[in-house]
Order: sequence, then C-alpha cells, then structure tokens
Amino acid sequence: MDQWSGYLALIFSGALVTIQLTIYGCALALFMAFVAGLGRLSAHAPLRWLATAYIEFFRGTSIFVQLFWAYFVLPLLGVPLSPFQAGILALGLNVGAYGAEVVRGAIQSIPKEQYEATTALNLTRWQRMRHVILPQAFVLMLPTFGNNAIELLKGTAVVSLISLSDMTFQAQVVRAQTGSTAVPFLTILVLYFLIASVFSSGIRGLEHRLARGLEGTRS
Amino acid sequence: MEWDWTFVAKIMPSLLRGAVVTIEATILGSALAMIVGLGFAILRRSPNKLISKPIGFFVDFIRGTPLLVQLYFLFYILPDVGIVLAPLVAGVIGLGLHYGTYTAEVYRAGIDNVPRGQWEAAKATNLTIGQTWRHVIIPQAIPPMMPALANYFVAMFKETPLLAAITVLELMNQARSAANFSYRYLEPMTLVGAFFLIISIPSVILLRWLERRFGKVE
Repeated sequence: MDQWSGYLALIFSGALVTIQLTIYGCALALFMAFVAGLGRLSAHAPLRWLATAYIEFFRGTSIFVQLFWAYFVLPLLGVPLSPFQAGILALGLNVGAYGAEVVRGAIQSIPKEQYEATTALNLTRWQRMRHVILPQAFVLMLPTFGNNAIELLKGTAVVSLISLSDMTFQAQVVRAQTGSTAVPFLTILVLYFLIASVFSSGIRGLEHRLARGLEGTRS
Repeated sequence: MEWDWTFVAKIMPSLLRGAVVTIEATILGSALAMIVGLGFAILRRSPNKLISKPIGFFVDFIRGTPLLVQLYFLFYILPDVGIVLAPLVAGVIGLGLHYGTYTAEVYRAGIDNVPRGQWEAAKATNLTIGQTWRHVIIPQAIPPMMPALANYFVAMFKETPLLAAITVLELMNQARSAANFSYRYLEPMTLVGAFFLIISIPSVILLRWLERRFGKVE
C-alpha cells in the first residue's frame, strides 16, 4: 500500500501538467477564436480569407497530426519548441479554430435591430461591438465554449505521445513500473472526469452570472 | 530541410496501406457509433430510473474522458480479465463507444424535435407503439439528424490517428515508422496532414450540402 502513495503522487504531478496545459491552451484558443471569428466578419476581404484558411486548415486536420507537425517539423524549419510549448500551440490553435466559428455564429445571431439602435445612438463601430454586440453574443458563446474547453482537456492526453509528462504519460509510467494496468488507468479516467466536471460547472456559473439583465433581449 | 520527392515516392505505398486502414476504422467505427448511440438514446429515455440514470452517468463519463485513455483501457485492461482484442478491433470499439455517446445526443434531439402533435395524431388514429415509431416518428426524425451525424463521423475520422497509440498500423503509424526509420519527419508528417485535408475538405462541402438539403437540428 505504501508504494501506491508514491505512484499516486506521480499521477497528481501529471494532473498538474494536464491542468496547466488546459488553462494555457484555453487562453490561446480564446484569443484565436476572437481574432479569427472577428476576422471572418471583417469588411476587408484578405482578412476574411486569412481567417477562413486558418479555420478550415485546423478543423480539417486532426490535433494529433498538428501536434506531431509542431513538435517534429517546426524545429526543422528553425522554430525549436519544447514539448510543452508545442502542446499549447497545437491545442490552442486547434480548439481556437472551432471557437472562431462559435464567435462568428453568436455575433451573427444578434438581431439586426440591435445594430440599427446603435446607429441611431451614433455609436462608433468599436463602441457598438464593445458595449452592445459582444456582451450579448458572449453569453450565447459560453455553453459551446464550455464544450470546447472539455474537448481541449481531452485533447491534452495526446501530448503524452510527444513525451510530455502529463497525466496519461504518468499513468503509462506507473503501468510500466508496477505491471498493474487497471489501477492507474481507472484513476486517471476518474481524475479527467472530475476536472471536466469542475470546468463545466464553472462555465455554467459564469453563464448564469453574465445572463443577468439580458432576459428581455433573448427570445 | 529540403523537400525530397524520391523519399516521398519511397514511403507512398506504405502510407497508402495505412490510409486504407484509417478509412476502414472510420467506417466500422461510424457503423458501431450509429447503433450504440441509438441504444444509449433509447435506454436514456427509459421511464425506469434504475436504467436511465446509470446510462446517463456512463454517457457523461465517456464524454468527459479522453479517447486515448479509453483506448488504452480497452487494449491493456481487458486482457487482464481474459478478453484479448486485436488492436484494430479494440480501436473500432473505442471509437464506436466514444462517438456513440455523441450520436446518442443527436438521436435524442432528433426525436424530441418531432412535434408532440404527431404523437397525438398517431394515438388518435389508433396506431400501436411500434407503428408510431416506424411510420410516424422515425421517418420524420432521421432526415434532420443526417448533417449532425455526418459531422461526428468527420470528427471521428480525424481522431483515428490515436489508434497508432495502440499499435494499429493506420496512416499515422505508418508515417511515424517511416519517419523513425529514416530520421526524416518533414515529408511523412506533412503528407499525413495533406491526406486528412484531402478527405475532410470535400466532406465539409458534403456536410454543407446535407445541411441545406435536410435542415439543421440542434
């Protein structure tokens, strides 16, 4: 029983890496989602094309391929990345591409009257986005963003294959050392599920908070 | 590092063999996901709480944990209890089960989307439960599900490289062994990416068409 506490500590240290990856990955994904999502709605055609190319490329190939490409090919092109950096880059860019479509969809679903009202009030384009459109659109984005965050968390398991010592990697280490398969894998399955549950309840709480005062505007 | 076409020509046959396995796994996994998903959707609607609650938890659990770990689970743990699966079989079961939890939601939404009046009309015309499902509900529920189901099958296709981790010799694994053998990563990895784009861009176009043809269900 004594040895298990040591192995458990190993898995927890992996859990920490998984959580870090998820948080940094989500931050990059959120940033990319807004850049590319707003880019697709831009009035300038080249910006729209650039955003579309980014979205289609990262949605069209799998996270696994992107990760391997970032880790093995980018160094050959003169961009050396640590496994951690490659992991965040691939996860953030991949999930960001999915998020961009959410941003675009939510902004487009804001009724036309809202735009007309901002014109009537003589708001600038920036003021319109900042004070009228985004506060309403963001609430619509949140549930899907929550799902995307969980997809990203699940995606982090893939980084174990480029030798980053996340939870899945540590479970493999424990498996190799103890010969026991069921215990480490069941432990991390439960841990992944717990982390995912914390994320989704956090997002639900945020959604609840941000939706206050918007009752009249939502159909 | 320069792009080397002769090396590309050399590894192409093994990559194509891998591509065939990738497509096989996707098709088998999709078929399994359609069946498993329907099972989950029906069991979750069960009026018996002892059935619907555990199934609901199981579905949420699978959706909340990584496919890679589930594959390891199937491939490494089941042999401990005496069930030895070939890598591809374990992979297909993993894909089918994982995506079955997603297709279950699609079935649920599709069935819920059939207006209540249809159920009432079926009752008014004295149809049995079986007739109601077969002649009234299913024919109306299926078409709006098509785009969403296809969407998940495309997503599954993009997740098949994970099967490399349980030693299935699919495209990604062939590319990795070619890369490890010759220490050239540029061509194999880029070709794998290109292959996925070649399949998934037409499938996105097909998806858009399905959405226009059958409408969208959320």
